[in-house]
Amino acid sequence: MLGRWSGSFFWLVPSPSFRPQFLQFEISVEAFPSLRENGVVAAEETTQEPGAPGEHPPGLALFRWQWHEVEAPYLVALWILVASLAKIVFHLSRKVTSLVPESCLLILLGLVLGGIVLAVAKKAEYQLEPGTFFLFLLPPIVLDSGYFMPSRLFFDNLGAILTYAVVGTLWNAFTTGAALWGLRQAGFVASRVQAGLLDFLLFGSLISAVDPVAVLAVFEEVHVNETLFIIVFGESLLNDAVTVVLYKVCNSFVEMGSANVQAADYLKGVASLFVVSLGGAAVGLVFAFLLALTTRFTKRVRIIEPLLVFLLAYAAYLTAEMASLSAILAVTMCGLGCKKYVEANISHKSRTAVKYTMKTLASCAETVIFMLLGISAVDSSKWAWDSGLVLGTLIFILFFRALGVVLQTWVLNQFRLVPLDKIDQVVMSYGGLRGAVAFALVILLDRTKVPAKDYFVATTIVVVFFTVIVQGLTIKPLVKWLKVKRSEHHKPTLNQELHEHTFDHILAAVEDVVGHHGYHYWRDRWEQFDKKYLSQLLMRRSAYRIRDQIWDVYYRLNIRDAISFVDQGGHVLSSTGLTLPSMPSRNSVAETSVTNLLRESGSGACLDLQVIDTVRSGRDREDAAMHHLLCGGLYKPRRRYKASCSRHFISEDAQERQDKEVFQQNMKRRLESFKSTKHNICFTKSKPRPHKAGRKKKDGVANAEAINGKPPRDLGFQDTAAVILNVESEEEEEEESDSSETEKEDDEGIIFVARATSEVLQEGKVSGSLELCPSPRVIPPSPTCAEKELPWKSGQGDLAVYVSSETTKIVPVDMQMGWNQSISSLESLASPPCTQATTLTRLPPRQQDAEEPQALLDLSSDPHPSFAFPPSLAKAGRSRSESSADIPQQQELQPLMGHKDHTHLSPGTATSHWCIHFNRGARL
Amino acid sequence: MGARSSHAAVIPDADGIRRETGFSQASLLRLHHRFRALDGNNKGYLSRTDLQQIGALAVNPLGDRIIDSFFPDGNQRVDFSGFVRILAHFRPVEEEDPAMRDPKQPEPLNSRMNKLRFAFQLYDLDRDGKISRHEMLQVLRLMVGVQVTEEQLESIADRTVQEADEDGDGAVSFLEFTKSLEKMNVEQKMSIRILK
Repeated sequence: MLGRWSGSFFWLVPSPSFRPQFLQFEISVEAFPSLRENGVVAAEETTQEPGAPGEHPPGLALFRWQWHEVEAPYLVALWILVASLAKIVFHLSRKVTSLVPESCLLILLGLVLGGIVLAVAKKAEYQLEPGTFFLFLLPPIVLDSGYFMPSRLFFDNLGAILTYAVVGTLWNAFTTGAALWGLRQAGFVASRVQAGLLDFLLFGSLISAVDPVAVLAVFEEVHVNETLFIIVFGESLLNDAVTVVLYKVCNSFVEMGSANVQAADYLKGVASLFVVSLGGAAVGLVFAFLLALTTRFTKRVRIIEPLLVFLLAYAAYLTAEMASLSAILAVTMCGLGCKKYVEANISHKSRTAVKYTMKTLASCAETVIFMLLGISAVDSSKWAWDSGLVLGTLIFILFFRALGVVLQTWVLNQFRLVPLDKIDQVVMSYGGLRGAVAFALVILLDRTKVPAKDYFVATTIVVVFFTVIVQGLTIKPLVKWLKVKRSEHHKPTLNQELHEHTFDHILAAVEDVVGHHGYHYWRDRWEQFDKKYLSQLLMRRSAYRIRDQIWDVYYRLNIRDAISFVDQGGHVLSSTGLTLPSMPSRNSVAETSVTNLLRESGSGACLDLQVIDTVRSGRDREDAAMHHLLCGGLYKPRRRYKASCSRHFISEDAQERQDKEVFQQNMKRRLESFKSTKHNICFTKSKPRPHKAGRKKKDGVANAEAINGKPPRDLGFQDTAAVILNVESEEEEEEESDSSETEKEDDEGIIFVARATSEVLQEGKVSGSLELCPSPRVIPPSPTCAEKELPWKSGQGDLAVYVSSETTKIVPVDMQMGWNQSISSLESLASPPCTQATTLTRLPPRQQDAEEPQALLDLSSDPHPSFAFPPSLAKAGRSRSESSADIPQQQELQPLMGHKDHTHLSPGTATSHWCIHFNRGARL
Repeated sequence: MGARSSHAAVIPDADGIRRETGFSQASLLRLHHRFRALDGNNKGYLSRTDLQQIGALAVNPLGDRIIDSFFPDGNQRVDFSGFVRILAHFRPVEEEDPAMRDPKQPEPLNSRMNKLRFAFQLYDLDRDGKISRHEMLQVLRLMVGVQVTEEQLESIADRTVQEADEDGDGAVSFLEFTKSLEKMNVEQKMSIRILK
């Protein structure tokens, strides 16, 4: 087994990038059948074949048909493809999938396909092989569920989960086995089923375990409340250890023959339960530790982060399997244990990659499992039907499951804060689905030792089909009919997060006072230990902060705010005050004003405002002010995002830092303006300046340049404007344009097209603060005024306007792409650079002239005439020093990039660039 | 059994306390046992230092505040009934309570509102019925890891206050506090099973 694995591991080495890594998993699945047939060497030849033609044919053949060399992987890929296509087809109709769980549909599809294969090939093929199942199909599903397990919920209910998993499974196995044996003795099972008590116990042990794959497939669609879900699902994961032990013990007893079993063997059996379960968990935790520790040092090689997660988790699985410990438990614990640290260490993109790859693999494996289950059922050569056994098994597993649940719940409820009520118990009993694990185990039985194997196989298939299809189909209506508490998703709020932490601390403290060392006490202890030692050891320093949960929620809220803010048109600064979309109680008037939307998105190609004439004039004021605000604060990227062709290197660290900065600054700014709006201070002005064409921004959120202790707003808009020249940028642009067409627009500045009226300007001076906050109270809306204030009004008609009526956004055509990207990049912070051309936009010269005197006025009257620059200079300088170490690294890592690119990657050059602007500005 | 009841007799006004707090006899005995264990030299009351000696409380970020809540109105000592009264906040809520309860009776100490009020007064240091931004910041400073800068803390505090603040006074009143938690299962999250 390990030999095979190392064979495929070998292939991982040459191409450590994300895509090949995903392919690798496919290949390992694919390679498996051929591995089994031909051994490792053959498999290597098979997989090698596309790249290097191995043998030299005698003559030069124009065309060679090499089906046999690709057959095995090709077939596996085809099956996966078929399964995926089937999934797509199922989901075409929402009605079908809402009624019928996907797992049922897949099993039925497998039955049909198996029938076709049987009819065509005259023999049953492509069945679920236990080896494939346990080595390749099961691990991704378990890893996925372990990794994304809500750990708090899991540990809150650990007692119940363990009880059901251990006691429940033992109970089910023994009662079912014994009852079937009784049935056999009573003559209800035909005598051709040659099985003794041990055989029935063996069968009971494999049929009794609730199957994680089946449970997950069904319960994910049912949406029962979290507690119920975690109990049923946790049980299905943790009972693996019990199942494995029972199965192995019974199996060896059967093979030894019941006469030879001695008392010591029973004791060993009990001991092995502990060895297998605790050993499996320990293996998982060791690998979780290794994984967390490894990811701490991947800063320079971000690209292999996702790979590490999968590799080490898989290694945990295989190690446990090798030591015949509970592999499922190992992977579950590995995923559960490492998540916190891994998520903190790896980059945002890697996080997304891990998430998606994991989900893809799991869903792929699940699909294949159910389909193969269906196909396997068609093979009648394995079957031997006995109605008594089948019916008896069905009835017994249902009955004993229910009885076991009731008894255990009664005991558990004595100790539970929130007792499980009757409805919960019904769902738990009914949710005990059996699945592919049972099937694979029964296939693994040795017919010579277990003469009744064929009957067991048939019974298992029926049980699996019955539970997955009948119970799977009916559980949803049942849940509805019983009015089981559903899971409710509400958005987290900062308050909830904070108070929840408070409650935890309070409870821990009260337990201290009461002197009872209960759950809260130990959790608190663990958290302190984790904070003091584990996190220090396993998280990189920079990541440590982000893992604070309150901060985490804050950060996420900001991102969500920014997204929905952009979505609803950026109407934040209004007379009613700040409306943050994530704040539950606020009645946010979701009015659209395109300008704000464009501005705030910052995405783009077009920051010009001339696009709107549909906006009501009252809004224009706000738009203008918003425009100034954002213009003044828009984050000026110091470096460009490259379309990287290197497969060794995707992300730049500085980029992420920049993204974070963007959000922090943005939110700070908004909060400040919110405060001032509330207190009715205001005003600002800012002096708009016609400038460069729209700048592409990945993060799509405005940001302040100034961070060194000065309110970002001090970076007066006019200042910046005064020193940035588009002449300069155009020259540069032309230089670049021949070399890299797609990138030339990226470096453009922001177009400043709005002007403040002098009245606003004065108010700003009087207030002494450069707060940029517009309010209709201060600026009475008047069309004339608006026209004066909104210079783009006069520039109308320069641009095509695209009004998308299905949403409330109005987005100019040429911005669509950048717009979409900016939104998606908000989620991932990881979208490719927007390479769309900017069609914009020089201001009409007339306006420039008109602004000239005002600019002078601004410069002379501004209290901090030179402030525009220091911040950006200081910042650029700072970032240079921060990233100076990165520069050579990047060059090294991006061998494919052109020489010119370095200028954009290095903040140093960006600084000089700004300096030039500065000089030009003085001339202006 | 005889030993138990004689033990119970040690507790002053045991019945009155039970009626007020709803504790069972057994829990009350337990708590009394604990009370006397904490009460170093059999004073019959607890002082701050008695509670501060509990090791784990010292590392609890809210430890001091929770100790303070045992000493309302500037008292320097708490007797057994006061001690139990505070702990009664954390008694689990029985399901059938609301239907059976006499509406004329005062709300039991372990009601949702009282649980929330207990939490609220941990924030509200100056007892003005409002969590100001400053108070929020102080709590956050205790709770959030050291790695978050002061500036970021302030923005979190701002954000938190704004989120809950409905009347726009820049502070969170008790009403707003309960409202911000209306979706949370406070009864469950502020209960300890052992305190039946």
